[in-house]
Amino acid sequence: MGAIELGPVWLSLQLAAVTVVVLLVVGTPLAWWLAFTRSRFKPGVEALVAVPLVLPPTVLGFYLLILLGPAGPIGRFWVQLTDTALTFSFQGLVVASVIYSFPFAVQPLQNAFENVGRGPLEAAATLGARPLDCFFRVALPLATRGVVTAVVLGFAHTLGEFGVVLMVGGNIPGETRVVSIAIYEHVETLNYAQAHILSAGLLVFSFAVLLGVYVFNRRLPVNRV
Amino acid sequence: MSTLAIDIRLARGDFRLRFDAELQLEGITAVFGPSGAGKTSLLRVIAGLEKEAEGRVALGGELWQDTDGNVMVPAHARHLGFVFQDARLFPHLSVEGNLLFAAERARRRNGVGAGWWRAGGADGREVGARETNAPTAPETSLPAVIQALDLKDLLGRKPDTLSGGEIQRVAMGRALLTAPRIMLLDEPLSALDLRRKAEIIPYVERLAGDFGVPVLYVTHNVDEVARLASSMVLLAEGRLAAMGGVAETLERVELWPITGRLEAGSVLEAIAGETRDGMTSLDVAGETLRVPAIGVSAGTQVHLRVQARDVAVACERPERLSIRNALPATLVSIQFSEAPFVELLLDVHGQHLRSRVTREAVEDLGLREGQPVFALIKSVAFEGRLLN
Repeated sequence: MGAIELGPVWLSLQLAAVTVVVLLVVGTPLAWWLAFTRSRFKPGVEALVAVPLVLPPTVLGFYLLILLGPAGPIGRFWVQLTDTALTFSFQGLVVASVIYSFPFAVQPLQNAFENVGRGPLEAAATLGARPLDCFFRVALPLATRGVVTAVVLGFAHTLGEFGVVLMVGGNIPGETRVVSIAIYEHVETLNYAQAHILSAGLLVFSFAVLLGVYVFNRRLPVNRV
Repeated sequence: MSTLAIDIRLARGDFRLRFDAELQLEGITAVFGPSGAGKTSLLRVIAGLEKEAEGRVALGGELWQDTDGNVMVPAHARHLGFVFQDARLFPHLSVEGNLLFAAERARRRNGVGAGWWRAGGADGREVGARETNAPTAPETSLPAVIQALDLKDLLGRKPDTLSGGEIQRVAMGRALLTAPRIMLLDEPLSALDLRRKAEIIPYVERLAGDFGVPVLYVTHNVDEVARLASSMVLLAEGRLAAMGGVAETLERVELWPITGRLEAGSVLEAIAGETRDGMTSLDVAGETLRVPAIGVSAGTQVHLRVQARDVAVACERPERLSIRNALPATLVSIQFSEAPFVELLLDVHGQHLRSRVTREAVEDLGLREGQPVFALIKSVAFEGRLLN
């Protein structure tokens, strides 16, 4: 049993953190729209958001590989922009992770905003609050549980992803070799000791985070509107 | 006096609201009608909360909405106070936090203190009329509002620890702190039991009385109309059915299908006298009425709503009777309603009173129009109202 291999752990945490930030920035407006729209396109968008829940990661990874590859529409644009390829890079992993974890962030946010409802927002508006003011001072505080759930699920789900990473990112140390890939490789090469260390670490970490969330959510007052 | 000019259309599913009227707002104006008449929708349109509404809304010289002219001032810029039926206090803030939420935005929006419009407009808005109407009206500052609505002891509490009456008081205070040019109240008493209602009513009156803010008050309770309002707007099936003074509108026979046949009655004007031993003396056109204490100071003008079924008639002044109030009156007319009842219209020194008795009683007593009678009123039948 050698020294603990920290590279993949650190990379996984980085990937999860960046993914969560992007998820919140992109997912919150979409969740808001889904919660309050009367558009007839809503069911279609909801289904699209939920697709990663049911697709095998390999299918998602396959299409992402094509889209993000240097010949794909998004990949080509990225190459023109940065002169680097999106596939088999950290940036590509972020894009893939965001899409893969999208429903895990959008759905709790959407539920939370739906629970807040129009009532408090209308009240805030009649009290002179502009839309962004309403959002940050009324909607967001009332949706705290949903935001916490979205962050944790988005983070944990990104940590645990394997298939998509393998398809889009491969196994490049320091760039795309995250914990789940490292574990897979250790097992393939019969290096069970390292696999144990990383697996147990991931297990304990995941449990601790979820426990923390449930305790926090229990303490958080239920804001009945 | 503020003029609220409304000409709007709103369609939602099967429901249609079509309202075209100019309301002269002073004191409390009731928006009355049965459930589903469109009262709440009308209030929401005025507040700018119904984005699908078409037409025109203007308060004073300020245009709030004009679909043709592509004008739609958003709710947060309309300078109005809205008290929702379910109050909608922010559950994540304390009572003080809720009040400050309104006060801070009013201050930011208006630059100076919350009573900005009293100083006359930098934008040239005509505001002088308000000052002459309410020369002693305090500004809607935080301390003044906290005092007027007795909120001091509630400041540190969270909304979910408040009673229904306290919640509505906080909601009214919060709306008042926006320094509104008009207050819109949507059935603020409907969730309260009778005793709580009686406790809240004086606070509603203070909005219009002490602070001089005109109030549009939505209700489907005719007693609240009689008690609180000086004028009323009657809505039925999404349309304006009538508007005018409360007493004459409630008396109009052709409106009874809307105002409620069984609620038929009349409104008396009276001056409150002294309150002693739990009873208040009232002066009705020189006659004295005794009612359970109504909690207003002597000299206050009040409105009394008397239901026709609570009034009996006698040909002579009755002795040894548990009913304490007997007013000399003239029988003006006998109107036949559904058998076996008739309705008597009585005149008490110029004020009208209705009595519902059986046809048999009219024949036995030999009642005829023009005859002097005594109107017997049960004390419990009164509701009073503070005038400004």
